Amino acid sequence: MAIFDEELKALREKVLKLGYMVEDAIRDSVKSLVERDSALAREVIKGDHLINALEVKIDEECIRLIALRQPVARDLRFITTTMKITTDLERMGDLAENICERALELNEKPQLKPFVNIPRMAEITQSMVRDALDAFVTGCSQLPYEVIKRDDEVDDLTVRNFEELLPLMIQDSKIIPLALKRTYVAKYLERIADHATNIAEMVIYMCKGKLIRHMEISE
Amino acid sequence: MVEITDIFEIKDFSIYYGDFMAVKNITLNIEANKITAIIGPSGCGKSTLLRSLNRMNDLILSSRVEGQVLFQGVDIYHKDTDVIELRRRVGMVFQKPNPFPSSVYENVAYGPKIRGVKRRSQLDEVVENALVRADLWEEVKDKLNESGLSLSGGQMQRLCIARSLAQQPEVLLFDEPTSALDPISTANIENLLQELQKTITIVIVTHNMQQAARISNYTVFMYLGELIEFGDTDTIFVNPQNKLTEEYITGRFG
Ligand SMILES: Nc1ncnc2c1ncn2[C@@H]1O[C@H](COP(=O)(O)OP(=O)(O)O)[C@@H](O)[C@H]1O
Ligand SMILES: [Mg+2]
Repeated sequence: MAIFDEELKALREKVLKLGYMVEDAIRDSVKSLVERDSALAREVIKGDHLINALEVKIDEECIRLIALRQPVARDLRFITTTMKITTDLERMGDLAENICERALELNEKPQLKPFVNIPRMAEITQSMVRDALDAFVTGCSQLPYEVIKRDDEVDDLTVRNFEELLPLMIQDSKIIPLALKRTYVAKYLERIADHATNIAEMVIYMCKGKLIRHMEISE
Repeated sequence: MVEITDIFEIKDFSIYYGDFMAVKNITLNIEANKITAIIGPSGCGKSTLLRSLNRMNDLILSSRVEGQVLFQGVDIYHKDTDVIELRRRVGMVFQKPNPFPSSVYENVAYGPKIRGVKRRSQLDEVVENALVRADLWEEVKDKLNESGLSLSGGQMQRLCIARSLAQQPEVLLFDEPTSALDPISTANIENLLQELQKTITIVIVTHNMQQAARISNYTVFMYLGELIEFGDTDTIFVNPQNKLTEEYITGRFG
């Protein structure tokens, strides 16, 4: 294999690794909340710098490849896609950290009501991240389009989560701070799903050479 | 609506050397006042196609053509074509700078003199004008009487461009004009081509793909005598439509 091809392969593997780290962070952040495991929350928060460091490393590698290999066509699209994807992944890591911060606060207080919507949202967003990255490595398929569709489900759950908390807040204003924190968590997950959607859109760009951001998906 | 004018219309055009078909049935329009780059592996017929645009290939006895090349709507291979006039209007600059072994001034004045410009003041004006347009005037204005061969490689190439410009061409054909030059001289020539493009049409053969990407508006990719893909340079280098083009420009050919 030519050196450049090996470099691209290594780059792809680093992106996947970053993806696994982010997926873990999302899963653990929600677990720390649902299972009231503050030690786990602190671990996720402590681990975020590893995600940041890998993101920087990947970006540096992309810049080096652009300078030295002067990529064009699919190589160029792959590298620019990689740079954008890692930004989205890093932001997801930050949001998982935010979830942990809210978990630490919520775990101090009695639980309002059992978690239903949030674990479901976490499941969907994780699957979106996984599939978006699968599409990134396996190439062009229907997968990224499916990821984009799933974003609507997450949006709906965000709304439902709020609607279920609202009557509790009206009944008892003392719980408003806690209920709001749970609303934030849902909002963070919704934003994670948005980042996964960005990744799927970039993968479609990489395959087709056409930017579909801010367009209605017809496929 | 912006009117697009195609200065050349190449139609079902083939070029043979004896029995060998070096350019195969190409159909292609060249837009006026744009830079069109021709890329492709060695031997794919780039120079052959380029030379056919001002009938330089007539000089190769074994060569013959089929199909048509229209220059501003007129078939240049028609028997009534004035080939000398065609080559004045469609000039050519080669890979290796080839100034005449005479002074800088005479190199540029040669064409106009042949065309009958005799008054010294008028010649001076044409020479200065051409050297200014070739971005060489400042460097040579004090040594117009020195030999053209005493200049640096990059200066010699610009002298050859000035010599062509003195003929007031509408099109300039370049065959790998910078492959013998250092990076700075190359950058100078590239800047010059982009400046000239405002007033004349440029067709350039280059094996330097980054050069095609940097300076051209349109790119033609040829392979084994065939035109594989023609399009906006942006499209060719970001999202080529043909697999062969992609393989070639990403360096994964063969
Ligand atoms: N004068 C010639 N006589 C015979 N064959 C030639 C002549 N010039 C070029 N060819 C052949 O025509 C093909 C195209 O050549 P050319 O146009 O020089 O390619 P390129 O410029 O793309 O490297 C090659 O196979 C070459 O060997
Ligand atoms: Mg050639």
